[in-house]
Amino acid sequence: MAPTRLAGLDTSARGRERGRASASRARGAVPGAATARAVAPCQAGTRVSIDTRSLTAEGAAGLLEQGDVTAEELVEAYLAAIDAHDSELHAYLRVAAPRGNGVPIAMKDCITTEGVETTAASKILQGYVPIYDSTVASRCKSAGLPLLGKTNMDEFAMGSSTENSAYGPSRNPWDPERVPGGSSGGSAAAVAGGLAPWALGSDTGGSIKQPAALCGIVGLRPTYGAVSRYGIIAFASSLDQVGPMTKTVRDCALLYSLIAGRDPYDSTTVELPEPVRMPEREDLKGVRVGVPPELNEAQGIEPGVAAAVADAVALAKSLGAEIVDVRLPQSVEYGLPCYYLIAPAEASANLARYDGVRYGYRGEATDDLTELYEQTRWQGFGPEPARRIMLGTYALSAGYYDAYYGQAQKVRTIIRDEHATAFERADVLFSPTSPTVAFSLGARTENPLAMYVSDLLTIPSCMAGLPGLSIPCGLSEGLPVGLQLIGPQFSENMLFDAGHALERALGFDYVPARLRAAGS
Amino acid sequence: MTWQPVIGLEIHVQLKTQTKMFCRCENIWGEGENTRTCPVCLAHPGALPVPNGRAVEWTVKLGLALDCQIADRVLFHRKNYFYPDLPKGYQISQYDQPLCVGGALTVPRPDGDIRVGIVRAHLEEDAAKTVHVGGEAGRIHGADTSLVDFNRGGIPLVEIVTEPDLHSAADVKSFLQLLRQTVVELSISDAEMEKGSLRCDANVSVRPEGDPALRTKTELKNMNSFAFVARGIDAEVSRQIDVYESGGEVGPQTLHFDPQSGSLSPLRTKEEAHDYRYFPEPDLLAIEPSEELVERMRAELVELPGARIRRLADEVGFELAEGLVTSGRDALYGEVAGDRRGVANVIMNQLAGASVPPDSVNPKELSALIAARERIPRSAFDEAIQKTGDPDFSAEPYVSQESLADADSLAPIIEAVIADNPSQVEAYRGGKEGLLGYLVGQVIKATQGSADPRVVNHLLREKLTPLG
Repeated sequence: MAPTRLAGLDTSARGRERGRASASRARGAVPGAATARAVAPCQAGTRVSIDTRSLTAEGAAGLLEQGDVTAEELVEAYLAAIDAHDSELHAYLRVAAPRGNGVPIAMKDCITTEGVETTAASKILQGYVPIYDSTVASRCKSAGLPLLGKTNMDEFAMGSSTENSAYGPSRNPWDPERVPGGSSGGSAAAVAGGLAPWALGSDTGGSIKQPAALCGIVGLRPTYGAVSRYGIIAFASSLDQVGPMTKTVRDCALLYSLIAGRDPYDSTTVELPEPVRMPEREDLKGVRVGVPPELNEAQGIEPGVAAAVADAVALAKSLGAEIVDVRLPQSVEYGLPCYYLIAPAEASANLARYDGVRYGYRGEATDDLTELYEQTRWQGFGPEPARRIMLGTYALSAGYYDAYYGQAQKVRTIIRDEHATAFERADVLFSPTSPTVAFSLGARTENPLAMYVSDLLTIPSCMAGLPGLSIPCGLSEGLPVGLQLIGPQFSENMLFDAGHALERALGFDYVPARLRAAGS
Repeated sequence: MTWQPVIGLEIHVQLKTQTKMFCRCENIWGEGENTRTCPVCLAHPGALPVPNGRAVEWTVKLGLALDCQIADRVLFHRKNYFYPDLPKGYQISQYDQPLCVGGALTVPRPDGDIRVGIVRAHLEEDAAKTVHVGGEAGRIHGADTSLVDFNRGGIPLVEIVTEPDLHSAADVKSFLQLLRQTVVELSISDAEMEKGSLRCDANVSVRPEGDPALRTKTELKNMNSFAFVARGIDAEVSRQIDVYESGGEVGPQTLHFDPQSGSLSPLRTKEEAHDYRYFPEPDLLAIEPSEELVERMRAELVELPGARIRRLADEVGFELAEGLVTSGRDALYGEVAGDRRGVANVIMNQLAGASVPPDSVNPKELSALIAARERIPRSAFDEAIQKTGDPDFSAEPYVSQESLADADSLAPIIEAVIADNPSQVEAYRGGKEGLLGYLVGQVIKATQGSADPRVVNHLLREKLTPLG
């Protein structure tokens, strides 16, 4: 595959060189043909064996570029892996008919894809086949990326475990008794489980970073306005962003470069201030790392998670980073309640279009318009969207607006200002992505508030519109721990650099231990 | 007690931009149903609005023409309610930060100008068009089927809200006609009530003359012609006066005008009980009209119709002046030579009656025709008027015709008409002078229109009136 196919980024020689130099990469992340050949074959008939569990997108691009495999063979390998393992993981809601000459990709089911059913994991959109491509889908198509399929999620991206999917939960490749996180849990499970080399997720309050953390992969929530929302089934418009979910930081930068930038169909997007760079750095010299206590010592952070993050901070220091003191006193305290006013309020309007009139699910036949609406919506929406529509409708109602939605918008400004102040002292903030490692299925379904707290540490920066990267930084109880790196607006290149340097030094093996143990 | 009606209006004007307000669909009237639609205006999942810059400019231009302040920062809001004509479940509109605020339109009336305050003018998207088949007068309740045409959904719509400064149906009609003409001359809308590109709701109350306090108002909807607006308001004013005079109280309600019966009926409470839950539209950024844009729009303004009505009223009287200006015929009037009132009459009566578009008329030829009007046969004049719109029209063949005006030629025809209409002749002689016109008409008819009516009039009068 020619480098130009990946938006002009140099994915060839240097990436592979460094891959060979790194012991951790030699186990699977090496984006080169040699390593791909070295792994055990899982697909008969191809000239080169493809181990989808360890192959990175960059590695796959290398294989294509060198002619070691064809795009069709690559797709076949992933379809075979899906065939073999998705009955366990349920990462996909449906598999597409992939076409294209690049590295195949999976997309969260809230990303509209022309001609491919898109439901946002809701019954209310069952059978809905979009008549247009989202901008991100169309950019991936233009780059030649075959669409493997649509991944599972919490219904309308509302949730942190994918258990809110109308089509049943996905499972964590590290431990199928546990959730993969959410709402982009299907995309995370697909990438971690080797069912896609990379995937797109969407993030409103942590829906990319949290499942990436729980599944031991890399996830980027871009700066608000960096990636087009056109064709992304809206949850909360002022917060929604699409981003990459990948095995490595370099894959993340590569996919981000394909989807980011101004889109005339989304007037909230802007031109990136600088082009995306493939990260090369191996140290953190001169990088000022803030470790806000409010994000690192919050109630509910598991000791194993705190320990892994503390180790990562120490490692950053040894790579030359300067640790600086920053505080976010109000952002963390008020971020979550503020989010649960703004997001449901916007959702209550965004979900009004699902009325059974033009497309999707329609309630039983009735002569009365109001009854048609009521039946369609009661039957079509699951409990979580219904709950949030009611919360949001209440927060916007006459007499309550100022106290709830209006007040939350003011707090949001404070959160934004507080982050801006923090970035006067620090270049990047570190914290756990999720307070806990992956939890068991059913553990939080009975208590919505317990589920909401999963996003305690990711929400504040989302509210401020800031980019955040989650990279795996170790294991706790045998399950991955995510390190969250937050930067100022449009600092994605810096986040990739820092994330890449840490990733190299950490040497985390993103192939789930039990899959590694199972061999081929 | 004398009651004073107090009326404020909410007017909706569709802008004739090439594309819709928030998508790239063609903005066109009268095409096949649902042929101008896309994911955005059908509210498909994931679709996003992108504002039409031209629509913003034109609203600024209208705001300036209405003497409004143009806001520095403008927000779009979502107005939430469920209805099949609103595919998103909310309308993108403006709420507490509209584009134009605090203006006025001065309306000339026979007894002086009325200044009608403009509270605001804001930009929003039109709803789709619903057609209810069967049931009660095209309304949704009791309809057999309801159909939706999304071609109209998303057309840019300016909502203009006036202060309650109007005090009669006639005032309202003058205001609306003037506003319509203003919008047409700004080239931002066709503003045709019949097509729905201009729509008007009225808030109506009454109060004892001289009482400054406002009483409860009702809202009148669905009045889709100037005549219906006037009839609706008159009907509601009378109803409210009756209620008060019989000791009752007027309650706030929304009334639906039925053009068939000319009556008003209340909308069901379900249709009007709304909490729109406005909040800022997160899919759009705030709009900040630049000084440059405002000045560019200001430079495009020309002399507005209100000023022209006042000027022309001195020459031809208020009624003809208002007619000429609000029908867009005053430019032609200005180019045609001749007695001012006579020219205005020909343009407003004969030309308008013959539906000759004023732009198509050659003013020189029309001047020549009008100059010969008294001299040539009536039939020649009428025929010429019909043809003034033809591209190669020349007055010459008509003005060269002469009326039949000599007494000798007309005498036998007059005799015959008198002989054929004995009862009318007798009634005339008995004092019914109006019948003279009928007899004149008969003579002109008998000459195929070539007789000079003034001469015939004179001769007939002479013949029928006993000497002495």
